[in-house]
Amino acid sequence: MKTIYLDNNATTRTDDEVLDAMRPYFSDLYGNPSSMHAFGGQVAHAVARAREQVAALIHCSPSEIFFTSCGTESDNTAIHSTLEAYPERRHIVTTRVEHPAVRVTCRHFQSRHGYRLSELPVDSQGRLSLDLLEQTVDDDTAIVSIMHANNETGVVFPIERIAQIVKSHGGVFHTDAVQTAGKIPIDLRRTPIDLMSISGHKIHAPKGIGVLYVRHGTHLPPFIMGGHQEQGKRAGTENVPHIVGLGKACELALRHLDEENTRVRALRDRLREGLMARCMDPYINGDPDSCLPNTLNISFEFVEGEAILLHMDAFGIAASSGSACTSGALEPSHVLRAMGVPFTRAHGSIRFSLSRYTTQDEIDYVIEKTPPIIEKLRRMSPFGRKPEMSTKT
Amino acid sequence: MWDYTDTVKDHFRNPRNVGEIENPDCVGEVGSLACGDALKLTIRLGEGERIADAKFLTFGCASAIASSSALTEIVKGMTLAEAEKVTNQDIADYLGELPEQKMHCSVMGREALEAAIRNYRTGSTEKVGLEGRVVCTCFGVTETEIERVVRENDLSEIEQVTNYCKAGGGCGACRSEIQKIVDRVRGASEQPRTAPRPARMTNIQKIKLIEETIDREIRPSLVKDGGDIELIDVEGDRVLVSPRGTCSTCPASPITLKDLVEAKLREFVSEELRVEEVKA
Repeated sequence: MKTIYLDNNATTRTDDEVLDAMRPYFSDLYGNPSSMHAFGGQVAHAVARAREQVAALIHCSPSEIFFTSCGTESDNTAIHSTLEAYPERRHIVTTRVEHPAVRVTCRHFQSRHGYRLSELPVDSQGRLSLDLLEQTVDDDTAIVSIMHANNETGVVFPIERIAQIVKSHGGVFHTDAVQTAGKIPIDLRRTPIDLMSISGHKIHAPKGIGVLYVRHGTHLPPFIMGGHQEQGKRAGTENVPHIVGLGKACELALRHLDEENTRVRALRDRLREGLMARCMDPYINGDPDSCLPNTLNISFEFVEGEAILLHMDAFGIAASSGSACTSGALEPSHVLRAMGVPFTRAHGSIRFSLSRYTTQDEIDYVIEKTPPIIEKLRRMSPFGRKPEMSTKT
Repeated sequence: MWDYTDTVKDHFRNPRNVGEIENPDCVGEVGSLACGDALKLTIRLGEGERIADAKFLTFGCASAIASSSALTEIVKGMTLAEAEKVTNQDIADYLGELPEQKMHCSVMGREALEAAIRNYRTGSTEKVGLEGRVVCTCFGVTETEIERVVRENDLSEIEQVTNYCKAGGGCGACRSEIQKIVDRVRGASEQPRTAPRPARMTNIQKIKLIEETIDREIRPSLVKDGGDIELIDVEGDRVLVSPRGTCSTCPASPITLKDLVEAKLREFVSEELRVEEVKA
């Protein structure tokens, strides 16, 4: 059975061109980039070229790119190292809808090291209040970590304005751009972001490679010690094949950036309109005016997400859910709860995330297969049958 | 991705007995939209309080739907008295097994069945578990319900309690209280049982008590070492037994008979008993 893969915010397929670019660096060009000989030296050139390719995607200098193992490492490092760099500042600002890589790390510093932690709320569409941010950030704030776009809802935060607010108080601004790099334009020449996390496997590079962007002049102590690699900040022999792959993936992402915002966006809109018109009691979670072009988070009232996903799975459709049951947790997604989405809807939320590989045939197949699944589960639900609770029939 | 058994998948994809019986004799409703799962069980009774038909409506994940489907299949044809003895483990066993984090789905099935039976007997539609003090306010779980899942499923960790009845799975403020309940229930069950000895027993009562004591107090420790024991006869205060398995060849067998078998039988049945080995 063919897989209709609509879970690209979880991970993506490695692009064939990326794999081709990586392949020589396993058994042919396996030299150590730090070696004196030419065999290693050519590999150092490949790493340097990859650094340039990443820098080109986000408009920064190659020397501001530090390769890490994943987005989570980049997030952890940004927070740990900044707090180490500014020990006199004791306040951390983040949001209630961050990825656990940021949220859990910030809470660790609150509970174990006595930091003051402000988690900014969001409104029912997942938007931040910039006025509240302005009131929250003070001269004691060491770091503000606010994601560029939310992985579950696709809501994009105005990081240009957020960065300006943070910089006016002298704190460090970190953004988790794992969901946005390669999907929407990022121009670091115009936005005073200090630190930014990127993950390879969200943009058609393999798993196991990430980037921490560190703006020139940002004070960041070494985070892995014991070697001169990555300017002595992250020691350890470079993961050359993956670095080369990530470089290629960034080059391709830059080339496809327009397509992402036209063709992929149009497919996402087609999916949204198709499901809204044909399914019972659908609700969009998020802010349609400020959303990633590839993401659709939609709730079906009175049915449960895991059951929807497993029925979809039988048709080869791969998506994800904010329902409690999919994760083994008992409460639904912290993002949807922060938005005040009623539990009834949060349990029945499905996230579709597209990529440049998604075709119209696939979208039409999902539009055809999903409504009967919702109907079947509604017929089985003690709530879904009550006509007074339903707005459509 | 959950590792569901084929039976769970089958009952999820092709659930048995979906729907609602018109004018049912028993109705059991448990759970809520907010909790993430809910089950409405309706039952029609035939002659002699035998369950002629059972149907369900469930809001919930795959294992909640499969547990509901299994529940209806299990109870159909049972008398209410038999159905009363169905446990959440029976539902899980029927499905092969459920992932530990999904055991609360089987507990929901058992709760719905109880609520339905109670509804028939008393006319009450109140959730059975709601007797007693609420410990977990996030999911509305009472002390009685927690005690029950701990006892029936032999739970020892807070996480297990959460997996079985959701208590402690929200804000987590009640976790220390759950631990106390676990300790109390387990403490009570681990204390040595004192034998409720009738003052005078008929021979039949005495044999029955001896058999029960062997099953409960003696056989488990013998089986652990590959042995066993069989009760051959009881003549007055003489208990005739025959060692089995490794016990039949074990040189320490006479000691086992005196120190374990006779000691336990004297403790739980009668001080006068003497255990003798017979070669079967």
